[in-house]
Amino acid sequence: MRHKQSLIGIKRVGQPAICAGSPSLAERPFLARNRHRHLCYCIPSMVQGFDASHTRRYNSMYGSIITPHVRGWASVLLPSFSCWFARVRKIIDCNTMFESLTDRLQTVFQKLGSKGLLTEDDVREGMKQVRLALLEADVNYKVVKDFVKQVTEQAIGEAVLKSLSPDQQVVKIVHQELIKLLGEEHVPLEEAKPGPTIIMLVGLQGTGKTTLAAKLALHLRKNHKRPLLVACDVYRPAAIKQLESLGKQINVPVYSESTDERPPEIARRAIEYARHEMFNTVIIDTAGRLQIDGALMQELNDIHAVVQSNERLLVVDAMTGQEAVKVAETFNEQVALTGVVMSKMDGDARGGAALSVRAVTGLPIKFMSTGEKIDGNTLEAFHPDRLASRILGMGDVLSLIERAEQLYDEEEARKMEKKMRKGKFDFEDFLNAMEQMRKLGPFQQILGMIPGMGQLARNEELVDEQRIKHIEAMILSMTPYERRNPDVIKRSRRERIARGSGMKMEDVNALIKQFQQMQRVMKDLSGGDNGTGRGKGKKGRRGRGGGGPMDGFDPQEIMRRLGR
Amino acid sequence: MSLFKRLFGRGQDAPRTEAEAEQEEQKVEQSLEKSRQGLFGRIADLFSTGEPITDELWDELEELLIQGDVGVETTLYLVNRTKDRCNRVGAKRANEAREMLEAEMVSIFQEHVYEPTMQARPYVILVVGVNGAGKTTLIAKLAHRYSKVFGKKVLLAAGDTFRAAASEQLEIWAERTGVPVISRGQGADAGAVVYDAIDAAVEQDVDILIVDTAGRLQAKYNLMRELEKLRNIIRRRIPTAPHEVLLVIDATTGQNGVLQAKAFRDTAGVTDVAVTKLDGTAKGGIALAIAQDIARPIRYIGTGEKMTDLALFDSQSFVRSLFARS
Repeated sequence: MRHKQSLIGIKRVGQPAICAGSPSLAERPFLARNRHRHLCYCIPSMVQGFDASHTRRYNSMYGSIITPHVRGWASVLLPSFSCWFARVRKIIDCNTMFESLTDRLQTVFQKLGSKGLLTEDDVREGMKQVRLALLEADVNYKVVKDFVKQVTEQAIGEAVLKSLSPDQQVVKIVHQELIKLLGEEHVPLEEAKPGPTIIMLVGLQGTGKTTLAAKLALHLRKNHKRPLLVACDVYRPAAIKQLESLGKQINVPVYSESTDERPPEIARRAIEYARHEMFNTVIIDTAGRLQIDGALMQELNDIHAVVQSNERLLVVDAMTGQEAVKVAETFNEQVALTGVVMSKMDGDARGGAALSVRAVTGLPIKFMSTGEKIDGNTLEAFHPDRLASRILGMGDVLSLIERAEQLYDEEEARKMEKKMRKGKFDFEDFLNAMEQMRKLGPFQQILGMIPGMGQLARNEELVDEQRIKHIEAMILSMTPYERRNPDVIKRSRRERIARGSGMKMEDVNALIKQFQQMQRVMKDLSGGDNGTGRGKGKKGRRGRGGGGPMDGFDPQEIMRRLGR
Repeated sequence: MSLFKRLFGRGQDAPRTEAEAEQEEQKVEQSLEKSRQGLFGRIADLFSTGEPITDELWDELEELLIQGDVGVETTLYLVNRTKDRCNRVGAKRANEAREMLEAEMVSIFQEHVYEPTMQARPYVILVVGVNGAGKTTLIAKLAHRYSKVFGKKVLLAAGDTFRAAASEQLEIWAERTGVPVISRGQGADAGAVVYDAIDAAVEQDVDILIVDTAGRLQAKYNLMRELEKLRNIIRRRIPTAPHEVLLVIDATTGQNGVLQAKAFRDTAGVTDVAVTKLDGTAKGGIALAIAQDIARPIRYIGTGEKMTDLALFDSQSFVRSLFARS
């Protein structure tokens, strides 16, 4: 019954996040309850100070966000995060990619949503705003024109305007067109058989080729390849040195020669070396060059002629403006690219370049890269549908779950789940859960991936990693006995813990209090979710966001109901 | 700009001879070749006819400016101002309007120009910007300009201790220009490098100290805070320093450039802007957007990869060469 109610609620909402309507979610049956559970149970383990005011605030802000599963997620996540974020910092401009594009689009759709029935003029006016938003996001002018035309044509059709929730239909059309713009589906890297697979990275100066080379090498090694990095940038001072030191950092061998050699020759010898030493993937880092520099462009062709590369990837800085398309076109003409990699996606760039390059050149975007650190989380395979969802503020649960699955220890998670249900969750587990959570990546990034949470992650508060450290310090200052039996921690023990961790007595008190609250909440949450998930006998918990973590989430069912 | 002003009006780092000034102007013109062939050329075409001014003309101008990375806001401002000016003066033909447009562009650039005095010793320049904007290369060009052209005693500080081989890159440039560099290698504390550099600068009595910093995206809160810290360290040693905080922006950047400029202005106290890689773009309109939005003058433009490819920004000749037809 409750299930139904929340679905009815959906129809009226003005929020555009149409998670349930997005085909990507519904088409993937693997989103079944069990997959979620590990994640869900680890996340509530971070819940502290979960109280009614949080819930109320959440409900007023996000109560209208669609599916019960989102509500489940959020009800668990929001309180846990707002605890970590205790100290609110003023920030310049917090970093979720596409942030302002997302915000602007959301405003437009919200306006549409508040109108109820839509007229053709409403849609046209809305589309004008969409056009401006896209232009300000540096999406190529022509691309914007076509995009807006496409969407408008579809949106002012009879079927859309007369439907029960025209605004949602419009969002759905925009979503689909965005996916189309971004290239429908993920295109994996080409593989040469027999190897070695040869990948050339090309691009303008300063787009991040060398850093990307290292990230790609790490990514390939994680996928059980044996990569070799080749330093062919003989022009920029210390470029070879940079690649060598990155190679050392991630433990991938680097082939380099002196800067007096010609790049095609270096490449040729590198391939010989790779064959001889049985490397199955070779990543060639080339010098940055302007697309108008004839001599250097010819050099790229020479390198390709010598090594017969399988992939020629153009590295594009996400912050590039209208020029991006021109650059991609010229590079493509000159060296026949096979794909594009977007770099620096963690800035507040609005990512117009990503949208335009694919649309104009037809080249698939294969990866996107964030951050300067070379580790497993900073290079992502590019999935058009997921990015489209992210742009529209619908979150990207799929990527989050994939990442969680890679990192989670199933055995561990199951154990924890059991403990939680019994309410026997102690500080040891808490520490554990924190560790696991941290592996997922920065909290902010995680929040941004959850439907409807993006705005929260950006505007409200900032994750205070410092505070997490403090909590860790306090727990580590407890004896194993105390950790397993939090109840024994009385005044003198608290004093000792405070001294040991360099914190104040109040901090320890607060931690323990929050922990007790959390234990209570968790017993509550897990108590109801015992497999059937149809929410019986949970009247008392309605105020807490309506249900257990994944209560009543069934994508197919939701699709059916929404699909009408 | 009058010859007199060009030669004497801009402090120590202005071109000293007429030949030099001319050379510089030529370089700017060359580097804008692409912009001219691209969008700004089309704008020039649009306004070269004697046709009467129509609404379509303004719409088209708007479209072209946006495509030139000028940004929606600045474009609207520019178009409206030009329109007003045309109405005021009573211009009826497109070719008359062009002058108005040029004048408006120049006024955007000139609003915040100030004359750098460079009297402090050591004169400390802090160079900041996002990753890959071309900071290190610009520093090399500056070092060359100050030491070789103006005969100043220059010292560099390799404050990019984060990126692999960044200090080596600066060291190589320093060697080529024959300028000393203070460097601690990767992983050192940037603050310590700066501290040492100031010590050395005072001790060796250098004229100009140029501090390189690691590239950082403006959205990274902590990294921006680090920049503040660097500034504080400098200020503690020399209360009036840094005398110049130079923000380096890649000309191919889109509207994000404006966000960059704002963020760096607010945290790092940017005093001047340098636009690099101008030779690679057909747009370059971001210079206008930045000048309009952050109220700081554009001081230098990078026009190529060689050490000598640096020019002082002059709004009039910049706008003129944007529209010039060969």
